[in-house]
Amino acid sequence: MTTAPIGAAARPESSTTMLDVRNLKKVYEGRGRSVEAVRDLTFTIASGELVCIVGPSGAGKTTLLRCVAGLLDSTAGEVVLEGERVTGPPPGMAVVFQEYGRSLFPWMTVRQNVELPLKEKKVPKAERQRLVREALEAVGLADAQGAHPWQLSGGMQQRVAIARAVAYEPHLLLMDEPFAAVDAQTRADLEDLVRSLWKRLGVTVLFVTHDIDESVYLGQRVIVLSDSPTVVLEEVTIDLPDERDQLVTRSLPRFAELRAHVYELIQQAKGGHRPAS
Amino acid sequence: MNTLSAGRKVLLLLAVPVLLVAAWWAATADSTDFFWPPLSQIVGTFGETWFTGRFTADVLPSLARLLVGYLVAVALGVGLGTAIGSSRTLRGLLEPVLEFFRAIPSPVLVPILMLFAGIGNEMKVLVIVSGCVWPVLLNAVEGVRALDEVLRDTARCYRLRPHSRLVHLVLRGASPQIAAGARQALSIGIILMVISEMFAASNGVGFTIIQFQRSFAIPQMWTGIIMLGLIGIALSVIFRAAEARLLSWYTGLRMSQREG
Repeated sequence: MTTAPIGAAARPESSTTMLDVRNLKKVYEGRGRSVEAVRDLTFTIASGELVCIVGPSGAGKTTLLRCVAGLLDSTAGEVVLEGERVTGPPPGMAVVFQEYGRSLFPWMTVRQNVELPLKEKKVPKAERQRLVREALEAVGLADAQGAHPWQLSGGMQQRVAIARAVAYEPHLLLMDEPFAAVDAQTRADLEDLVRSLWKRLGVTVLFVTHDIDESVYLGQRVIVLSDSPTVVLEEVTIDLPDERDQLVTRSLPRFAELRAHVYELIQQAKGGHRPAS
Repeated sequence: MNTLSAGRKVLLLLAVPVLLVAAWWAATADSTDFFWPPLSQIVGTFGETWFTGRFTADVLPSLARLLVGYLVAVALGVGLGTAIGSSRTLRGLLEPVLEFFRAIPSPVLVPILMLFAGIGNEMKVLVIVSGCVWPVLLNAVEGVRALDEVLRDTARCYRLRPHSRLVHLVLRGASPQIAAGARQALSIGIILMVISEMFAASNGVGFTIIQFQRSFAIPQMWTGIIMLGLIGIALSVIFRAAEARLLSWYTGLRMSQREG
């Protein structure tokens, strides 16, 4: 809608598919009863995209993410990452969890936490050191290398988790409500951090959130989920300027429109509305 | 301020022991009871009883057997406990059996083990192992089971190989629990070290104490008991130092959680 911003030109308009989720269905089998968490989810994400998934609480967002991450087997349908069917955690993927305090190894220093996955990938030592240093610099934690995670604030711990994911050089970065547990100011900083890392590294990002503002501010596209059992309610293209700014972007009339639209969709989802199939 | 509080700490630490020793000293000062010799007499014979050959002839063999038995028990307990804690099937199969064996007091195994392993060092080490292994094993099982779900998922996502998973996730994660089990095992080990030497032995602290008692060398017998107490304190100090080093992260984590 506005002139193409500078950042967008550098991004190749490739249309290769990074992630393909086809008719994903997940039923949890319990004792004597089964719960259908995800009914039928189909969407694709192109290489280099930043897509947000938003849905009412209990919409099976975490189930979806765990299926995509290969942490959970689906009941039907499939998840295809870079042309390969996901049956377990794939090599080109990194996940940032909501529970930062529980996803970092408390017995390791910040540096060791970031370095461990690289050691597992058998990255040579010099290269490893460079990646760790650059990742920690990128999240603004170059000075905290020797600290243990529990010596840091919540926002800083989540930065470490992001640095670990970034240093791993994934093709797909999954983020499961990563900022739900940090305070509002830290959250704004971290949102901008994700945007800038995404732009710099050209990584594909799938960002799951329950926060409507966050999804509109961050994403190029927002996939709105229905209530459980989950289907895709609508895919909303976020045609905001590529250069996002907490103050400027959020006060654009278009931001308000998109936000209102997603908000309405979520309200409908809560009311049990489903797309006609 | 800091030195003052450190001084206070030492004072508090030593207050009760000093009081007890003083009470003992005073109560037995002019004792003529053959079985309750004055503490002064016991302390007087301590040096010549233990440091004229018995330290290397009795104390060191005892400690060597304790050390070997204890280390074998810890290795066995951590190994089996990790395996059992990681597998639901194994747990279901073995848990009732483990409870049974754990409930058997190890000293009753001494006569049985003597039949199989003789009366040499092997028997004594086996007795120590058979008693020390349970707290380590059961705590390791619990520690491994209680590993954080998110941490497990993280390890899976970053595709940690089984070996690194074991070293960096499972063993480190369960280490606070394992240490708690190892601490219990240490005091059990000291008890079993003494008991195994009381049955059939030709050296050791337990053996020496029994010898003194049988030959009515009562002050010497008392020094043996004091010696055991001192060994217990020394081992516990060493254990705590090692624990503080290995689990400094855990102490820090707990403190930060309490504050936050």
